[in-house]
Amino acid sequence: MRLNDQEQAILAGEMGAIRQRALEQQIQIGDFFDAEDFVEVRQAHIMADTESLGEAGVAWLEEVATAPEAERRVLIPTITDPRGADFNAYQRINHDEAYVTLEKRADVAFRALGVLMTDTCINYQITMPPVLGEHLAMGDTGVVIYSNSVQGARTNYEGGPSALAAALTGRTPRYGFHLNEMRRGRTLIHVTDRPRELDQWGALGGLVGRMMGSYWEVPVIAGIEAPPTSDELKHFGAALASFGSTALFHMVGTTPEAPDLETVFDGEPPERSAIIGADELSAFTEAYAPADDKLDVVVFAAPQLSLIEMEALALLLKGRAVAGDVACLIATAPEVKHAADRMGLTAMMEDAGAIVLEGVCFYQMHARELGEANGWTRLMTNSAKLTNIIGGYGYEPTLASMAACVESACAGRIVR
Amino acid sequence: MSARVISGHPGIGPAVTAEALVARDNFSARYDLDRIKGIFSRPAHALIGESYVGKVLVLNIAKGGVATAWMLHEMQSRDMAPAALLLNYANPIIAQGAAFAAFPLMDRFETDIVDAIQTGQRVTVDPAQGTVTVAD
Repeated sequence: MRLNDQEQAILAGEMGAIRQRALEQQIQIGDFFDAEDFVEVRQAHIMADTESLGEAGVAWLEEVATAPEAERRVLIPTITDPRGADFNAYQRINHDEAYVTLEKRADVAFRALGVLMTDTCINYQITMPPVLGEHLAMGDTGVVIYSNSVQGARTNYEGGPSALAAALTGRTPRYGFHLNEMRRGRTLIHVTDRPRELDQWGALGGLVGRMMGSYWEVPVIAGIEAPPTSDELKHFGAALASFGSTALFHMVGTTPEAPDLETVFDGEPPERSAIIGADELSAFTEAYAPADDKLDVVVFAAPQLSLIEMEALALLLKGRAVAGDVACLIATAPEVKHAADRMGLTAMMEDAGAIVLEGVCFYQMHARELGEANGWTRLMTNSAKLTNIIGGYGYEPTLASMAACVESACAGRIVR
Repeated sequence: MSARVISGHPGIGPAVTAEALVARDNFSARYDLDRIKGIFSRPAHALIGESYVGKVLVLNIAKGGVATAWMLHEMQSRDMAPAALLLNYANPIIAQGAAFAAFPLMDRFETDIVDAIQTGQRVTVDPAQGTVTVAD
């Protein structure tokens, strides 16, 4: 890779050993993907829950945090993805104290690096939305796909150590979706029936994601006449990214780099195409149909809920009662939780027996151990992304609308 | 005993020799693995129930989320990691995780790597040279 004077200075250790190590790692990644040089980034977002970090990762972070402040402090605004424990609510869900302690250690280490603990995967809805053409280093696949696709910013998937490296050097290798030629459409998907509920937008994302052959394939969605809402695009993108390892989509007439088909394919024909309609959407959901109506836990998360989703859910739960043998968990960002508290939405949900968690997401908080501690196996959610992930943690997920999830939570059995 | 050499894009991490575990399926540490037991745990995965510890894992593409970037390091710290990972196409997360953990990773081979290696074969992965040597 070509290095400028500043990068050569970092590599020579003139800005300390931590930034030097970070740049060395970035060069390895740049070489792996044939990057010619670095690009400066203006924001970094770190996925670093302790389930992923483990003791080894937390100990490594703590070591970094002992360096002199001038050497350890991040160079650009750096925010965090959901954490692995809600420090205020962990006892309500029998979350093991050992994990909470580990999470607190990571929290202290990140603060020492100057990281802003936003603890959210919906930063694009609440913190500082990325803008068209802006280069970023974002973690969380849902954040990456939304930033790239809906906002036209430029980022690859940056896993925790890599996003932290970008935060410490202020740059990232210029490959993948930082490059114009990698952003053009590859595959055309015609949608003949517009999804209605959020779970259906997620199902559409899951269907497209399953078709994707690699990280580099960019799907173009055509046939969605009026723009979806931010929450609809959020569920669509999160599921597409989760099922497909996809970092960028275009939606003709909605996303900024797709005013029309010719522009988004840059004059080239699509490499392949497919049609998705109501039958495919139904079949996607039916594949998660349970064998019986047994229900243990209803989860609203993945991505965290926006204030608008919180209001919709609060209105559905208002005056109702969650069945005694079912848990109903709602995960949102700390900023949204504070707003929901202030607006009375949290009370409406918790009065019905639901538990509102902040700064976490269900699958990032030791879901396997939580399931074992609480006897949870059968899970219901309106998040297609969660259905994709949670099977590996020992759960049997069912996908349904937000309203059907609430009905089921109150009935104590799956109602579809 | 003869040996075949398969070329790929130069990778990341040190050279290693171990037994291969191969499937035409994809890879995500968070979605697919029980990292405590060291086995594939995702019900729909072709390697469900198989131990990956100390194996050269040979799979099609990287799938899923960003957590794998930390998890390779975490699995190595407990001696519960695969020996190496060979994919037809990696994604940035796998590469970042390999760089952080000094974990052997290669992709973009001259042939479909899933067809080229069989479970149980001994393979030597040399990421710096961009070669995989299979003892037939």
